[in-house]
Amino acid sequence: MFLINCPYCGERDQQEFKAGGEAHIKRPKQPTELSDDEWAEYLFMRKNIKGVQFERWNHTHGCRKWFNMVRDTSNDEIKAIYKMGEKPPA
Amino acid sequence: MTKNLRVKSSEYIDETNRISFKFNGKTYHGFKGDTLASALLSNDVHLVGRSFKYHRPRGIMTSGSEEPNAIVQVNPGTNRTEPNVRATEVEIYEGLEASSQNCWPSVEFDIGGINNFLSPFFPAGFYYKTFMWPASFWEKYEFFIRHSAGLGKSPTSNDPDIYDHRNIHCDVLVIGAGISGILAAKNAAKNNFKTLLVDEKNELGGSTIYENNEFNKIDNKSPSEWLKKEIKELKNIKNLEIKTRTSVAAYHQYNYLLARENLTDHLEVKDKTNKIRQRLLKIRAKKVILATGALERPLIFNNNDRPGIMLSSAVKKYSEFYGVACGNKNLFFTNNDSAYESAMSLYNKGINVEAIIDIREQSESKIVKKVKEAGIKVYWSHTIVDTTGYKRLNSVSIMKLSNDGTSVTGSKISISCDCLGVAGGWTPAVHLYTQSGSKLKFDEEKQIFLPNQNTSKQISVGSCGGDFKIDEIIKNLNQKLKANLNIKETDLDNIKVEIDQENSKRNIWLLPSDKPLGKTKPFVDYQNDATAKDIKLALREGFRSIEHVKRYTTTGMGTDQGKLGNMHALGIIADTAGVKMGELGTTTFRPPYTPLTFGTIVGRNVGKFFDIFRRTPMNDWHVENKAEFENVGQWKRAWYYPINGETMHQAVQRESKAARESAGILDASTLGKIDIQGSDASEFLNRVYTNAWSKLAIGKCRYGLMLNEDGMVYDDGVTTRLGENHYIMTTTTGGAANVLGKLEDYLQTEWPELDVYLTSVTDHYATASLCGPNSKKILKKIIPDLDLSDENFPHMSFKESKIGNIQCRIMRISFTGEHSYEINVQASYGKDLWEKCIEAGKEFNITPYGTETMHLLRAEKGFIIVGQDTDGTMTPIDLQMDWIVSKKKYDFIGKRSLYRSDTMREDRKQLVGLLTDDPNIVLEEGAQIVSELNQSQVEMLGHVTSSYFSPNLKKSIALAVVRGGKDMMGKKLFVPMENKNINVTVANPVFYDEKNERLNA
Ligand SMILES: [Zn+2]
Repeated sequence: MFLINCPYCGERDQQEFKAGGEAHIKRPKQPTELSDDEWAEYLFMRKNIKGVQFERWNHTHGCRKWFNMVRDTSNDEIKAIYKMGEKPPA
Repeated sequence: MTKNLRVKSSEYIDETNRISFKFNGKTYHGFKGDTLASALLSNDVHLVGRSFKYHRPRGIMTSGSEEPNAIVQVNPGTNRTEPNVRATEVEIYEGLEASSQNCWPSVEFDIGGINNFLSPFFPAGFYYKTFMWPASFWEKYEFFIRHSAGLGKSPTSNDPDIYDHRNIHCDVLVIGAGISGILAAKNAAKNNFKTLLVDEKNELGGSTIYENNEFNKIDNKSPSEWLKKEIKELKNIKNLEIKTRTSVAAYHQYNYLLARENLTDHLEVKDKTNKIRQRLLKIRAKKVILATGALERPLIFNNNDRPGIMLSSAVKKYSEFYGVACGNKNLFFTNNDSAYESAMSLYNKGINVEAIIDIREQSESKIVKKVKEAGIKVYWSHTIVDTTGYKRLNSVSIMKLSNDGTSVTGSKISISCDCLGVAGGWTPAVHLYTQSGSKLKFDEEKQIFLPNQNTSKQISVGSCGGDFKIDEIIKNLNQKLKANLNIKETDLDNIKVEIDQENSKRNIWLLPSDKPLGKTKPFVDYQNDATAKDIKLALREGFRSIEHVKRYTTTGMGTDQGKLGNMHALGIIADTAGVKMGELGTTTFRPPYTPLTFGTIVGRNVGKFFDIFRRTPMNDWHVENKAEFENVGQWKRAWYYPINGETMHQAVQRESKAARESAGILDASTLGKIDIQGSDASEFLNRVYTNAWSKLAIGKCRYGLMLNEDGMVYDDGVTTRLGENHYIMTTTTGGAANVLGKLEDYLQTEWPELDVYLTSVTDHYATASLCGPNSKKILKKIIPDLDLSDENFPHMSFKESKIGNIQCRIMRISFTGEHSYEINVQASYGKDLWEKCIEAGKEFNITPYGTETMHLLRAEKGFIIVGQDTDGTMTPIDLQMDWIVSKKKYDFIGKRSLYRSDTMREDRKQLVGLLTDDPNIVLEEGAQIVSELNQSQVEMLGHVTSSYFSPNLKKSIALAVVRGGKDMMGKKLFVPMENKNINVTVANPVFYDEKNERLNA
């Protein structure tokens, strides 16, 4: 069980949160202009990294805000948490 | 008459408090403070169980939670019975009953014992190899195996006890209250850290409080005396909470730990009632100090499992702590000095110690000298090659060990004895450490796994960190505490320690016998009867990974997770394969460290607290009117209202007819309702629904379909425009929370520029859906002032009005195809609204109907239910709902996916109606549909999704998804069932009132 530092509420138990998959995948502005392959790339392809991964999380049982997390999936160490729209740490 | 082996009064045993208990039906006596194991041993009872595979007689091996053999059923036949309990952990109380497990008809005479004589036929993987062929025989084998195997019996009646959960947040959690745990907790608390100290035993102090080596001193006192003084001082320390009888079961990431606190298991039955039995502690600690100690290793030799063969440390604890001698003729077998302390403990109480067999060549420590001075014979460089005694050890035979330790020489000496204490060195208890994700390293010199890479804020102190001598323990503990807690001074700075320095050890994982290995039984895992030769066989058969060997031989797979034998299994594999231990890796230790009861895990979440449930404001009326209920998500919804003993079918037929012929009323309060406001609300709806919303006039309603980005139908419902920038959206009952979550996701992450605010108002409104040709007359009676003409209040429109003083929102929308109104009021007026409708509808025979009738009525109209007629693979085109997909809109969620090559295939499964050729046969939902019969293989074209007998059409109707179904109108298909094939015809899914004439009836 992680201890997650919600950028709006502070440290809370993992139970209050829901993971929302890989972060920084932007929905294309003009989907109809895309080929099937390009659309499939957006729709289906996810990296699923063993190691440092950028993820979306939602404080579902709290402030209901979405935010980003940098997590090492091999040991579940949370390296950074930042708000939607903010630049990911280098 | 049983013998009494109580040899010394102990301060931990209250001899004024005599307790009687039953074991296997026979009454014995012990004292307050005894465990079941110590009490049985004081009565000279060693035989307590039978092993799992060979049904060999087994005795008490240890004095703690690592016990593999003495596994008992507590209070058999009562509602508090519990299987698989370690006799070494059960504190006795007046009236306690316990019995052996895994034996039939009794532990003294066990028919399964014949497996022992058949054991050449039970090698590793025996079950895998033998019972596979012929496959059809498995059922017969299974009956036989299950009858003779099995670990205890589950209770058959409800658990009478209360269980609890508690969250604890602390700065420092110290696990284990031995000398290192106590000193760590004391110094942490004194430095203002909020500290929690837990220990699985009922007394603090670990093994040091019964330490008897006279050559060890702390501040010129014996370590036990010194520690008792420290324990007394704990009471006065602020910031320190101590929990005994508390076993840490799991250590998760981020220092989140689960522990079980045992509160009433040691009490008499009359004192257990109405108290919390066990509490699950959910601990979040800023830092964890592991002081879990070490477990003594047995030695692996031929027939090392007889009752009377115990760990040497257990013999010492029974003697020093419980005042019990484990035998009259005692023998020790060792590879290090610790057996000599156990021997001296017995000797000092006047108990006979026959000899010590030591595989080492010599040892110069003071305690060894002391043993020699006492006249106890020591056989250096000797090993035990065999033992005798079926239900109790009666002799061992020993031989001289070769220099390389792989064979024996010389003549055999037989020594008679009734108890053998075995000392194979110490294994740090690193189970919790590895559970936390931290990594171990093998220390080739000490032949132990030690903590290496910490992943959490944790330290391992004392013997679980590899320090076994008191001077090392205190020195390293002091350093680690200062560094980890960032403190300058501790109590430990000026402690003077003297110890018996010698620390030689000779490690041989598998000791040789004069017989070949194939003819011996050196047990590695006592509980699962895995021997060294099973492990070697697995290696010969090609198994290499430690995890595979473990599963194939079942080593370490018992309820004790092989706490005693895992190291030897690894050692034997390493020796046989010619690799280093460190290269093998270890097996995984999984939570729980010791078994947990289901009660502890679920806590108070039982019965009606198992899951939360939601009830509508009209619920009391439904209950008073004898409705049957169904669960829809967390909601309890009225399902149907049987009268005069009607079956469900009869009730639903009656309700459905009434709703179409006169008037029906449905409690629709559970539908999800989302209030949408903001200057971009219309644009937002354009993006989330497949159809267009910009032109929807204020006061009008529209049905919308919501897709996932992959083009599949996700939810549906009617949304009403209440004002220029204000909408109310309804969702399916089950989908409400997910829809809100999804919409929030898009608003926060993809379209933060939109000025839109979403609020869930599902619980704020109660909704009565009034339907049928007389619904208008009923509503007129309730709200006489409202103009209900089709001109003023047409289908798909909305009015704000008042029922008396109560504000209400009325939508003229229909899920049944009949003229109908959905009336919404503030939730607290819901029942009042409902009763007013019922009262006003009396003259029209208004009929309340439940969800089943609602489903039937909508199926007659071919309206889908998301989640029943769709399953996450249906596009709107598949549902033949092309009309709702806007061609003009540039984009909406899922639009692009509707043009993917896969979603455009003509042969996708599509929604159709099905009519049975025999109108009285009702298809089963889920039944498969084929186009051909009498073929050995037929393609399954699809399945039935909804099916009813329609009382209004007087025939069976069904909705189905069928591959290419759109172009199959009128085609004959088949639904093959177990005993018959049903002939069906593909039809229009709108079975009733195709022209929608009844909406304005
Ligand atoms: Zn939050």
